[in-house]
Amino acid sequence: MSVLIHKETRVICQGFTGKQGTFHCQQALEYGTRIVGGVTPGKGGGRHLSLPVFDTVAEAVDALAPDASVIYVPAVAAADAILEAAVAGIGLVVCITEGIPIADMARVKALLPPTTRLVGPNCPGIITSGECKIGIMPGSIHEPGVVGIVSRSGTLTYEAVAQTTAAGLGQTTCIGIGGDPVHGMGFVDCLRLFEADGATEAILLVGEIGGDEEEEAADFIRHHVSKPVAAYIAGMTAPPGRRMGHAGAVIAGSHGTAQAKKAALAAAGVTVVESPAHMGRVLAERLRSM
Amino acid sequence: MRLHEYQAKALFAQYGLSTPVGVVVTKGGDVDAAVSRLRGPLCVVKAQIHAGARGKAGGVRVVPIAEVSSLAARFLGTRLVTSQTGPAGQPINTLLIEEPIAAISELYVACVLDRRLGKRVILASAEGGVGIEEGRPPIQLPIDSLRGFSPYQGRMLAKAIGLSGRLVAAFGDIVATLIDLAVQTDALLVEINPLMVTEAGELIAADGKIEIDDNALFRQARLNSERDPSQSDSKDEQARALDLQYIALDGDIGCLVNGAGLAMATMDLIALAGGRPANFLDVGGGTTAHKVAEALTLLVSDPNVKTVLVNIFGGIVRCDLIAEGLLQAAKRFERSFPIVVRLVGTKREEGQLLLAQSGLAVDVTDSLEEAAQLAVARACAS
Repeated sequence: MSVLIHKETRVICQGFTGKQGTFHCQQALEYGTRIVGGVTPGKGGGRHLSLPVFDTVAEAVDALAPDASVIYVPAVAAADAILEAAVAGIGLVVCITEGIPIADMARVKALLPPTTRLVGPNCPGIITSGECKIGIMPGSIHEPGVVGIVSRSGTLTYEAVAQTTAAGLGQTTCIGIGGDPVHGMGFVDCLRLFEADGATEAILLVGEIGGDEEEEAADFIRHHVSKPVAAYIAGMTAPPGRRMGHAGAVIAGSHGTAQAKKAALAAAGVTVVESPAHMGRVLAERLRSM
Repeated sequence: MRLHEYQAKALFAQYGLSTPVGVVVTKGGDVDAAVSRLRGPLCVVKAQIHAGARGKAGGVRVVPIAEVSSLAARFLGTRLVTSQTGPAGQPINTLLIEEPIAAISELYVACVLDRRLGKRVILASAEGGVGIEEGRPPIQLPIDSLRGFSPYQGRMLAKAIGLSGRLVAAFGDIVATLIDLAVQTDALLVEINPLMVTEAGELIAADGKIEIDDNALFRQARLNSERDPSQSDSKDEQARALDLQYIALDGDIGCLVNGAGLAMATMDLIALAGGRPANFLDVGGGTTAHKVAEALTLLVSDPNVKTVLVNIFGGIVRCDLIAEGLLQAAKRFERSFPIVVRLVGTKREEGQLLLAQSGLAVDVTDSLEEAAQLAVARACAS
């Protein structure tokens, strides 16, 4: 078991024939992901990586019946690509693209049908260890196991993955929800899935400064999560008012600090990890002590 | 990207909002000629910097028109420290000089893009000016991204904050204008504070703040050209030109990391080990050896940097390219300092081999924690 994706998940790629799309689809295919084709407007009818290419997502859906789409379209056109996938009826859309105007994402959020789950944008993607990789994460560090990981970051997620692998825990599914202020699935959506998943025994949440999603997650965990949760929040030393790389990582006044997020999570029974080097170790200790 | 007050007011005027009569003077400009266009007897002289709390810090002065020139000469070219700037303050290169407004009351109105709702929200209060921080919280009106805004909503908001008579329609119009401006300029924040009410029942935007979404600057070319680089740390601006995410801090350990989250985590680790990071630097995903070398050169141009910590979790980024970049940069370093390197992930062995063969004195470790501890120890020892 896992959440969102597994070895049978059929995936198409938007921006398939571009440099990013090509490279990451090759990597995903090597990992064993069932990439079944892709979309690049103007290149329909051709083949790429020995797979069919379509002009529109609707045509790809008719021909291939995909479960998911991964988007490597440039920021100027990415919001449109998300909507195209959603309207074509794709249930899971993973947008890797960084730098989409926030107003464009606000419009996507308003128009996204309830039948489509969006992950991202500005995220590493989703991976179910050993089964299906949708995104840009290095596959080799993932090991099938028991931890569900949800994170706002990219490379820091890889750190969390490598540590849970090193601790002998492995992962069920790892979801990067992205670093943008307006985005698709949030911590709470992912926590709900992990709580319901039979194979996930523990959850690792990797948050960062800015916004109040960690606080919402804490509230949800208090009432609805029975599994052990550990959390690390990046940005303890970040100065207020500065955007720390991610568009969403900014402390506004006294709002969005790492301290406030950690306090809310700890009060909800979450094991708060102080050092980003101890995420795997602390979670393993918590599991052993149960 | 932040705009200055005078740039915000130019946009307000372009959208038909009333602003005080004023002139803009810059360093080296003819202050007397500019001021001759204003009526006396008093003028408001406002330092144009990218930080708030200017009034309390002495950056906004009301003086007789005859004294404007000497005040301008004292202001221009200096730096203003407010509670919202760092200890070095922000440079004053531009002044906005205005005729004062006789207000009978001060309102507050803003349009912000709310991250949680994913919508624009109007904030309104009858207690504007400096009182906005202490008074009752402003009333919030979320704007539906698809249905948009209708003027009646602005009139209802005017009533909700206690306005009456002609002000109801006038305030409603201002709200509608604010939303148009925010949408058309990709603004994350448009704020008028105070929105002054005059005896004659006019509404005048006496101060303004606008922040544009950096992600949207590709389609806001005109606003992008109004960026004032003098308001940023010079290294921040160099980093911008190199397409690096860099923020100067006040410690002594220079950090080069891939990924914003890992870069913040690295800063936290340094602090946990008892040290202080000199910067936040994310080299990003699509980096090259050349870019890494440029980033390192920029990093060590900070005289406070005593040691460098390179922390890379290779995914798309290849460790061998990082090592190459480090070796290129090391040839150009004008002073020597300890370098601690942690390279894991894609092409780790190749990267570590390159460093080992180069003869460059670097501490190499696979451990995240040890890397931070080593860097702190080296910084303390030097």
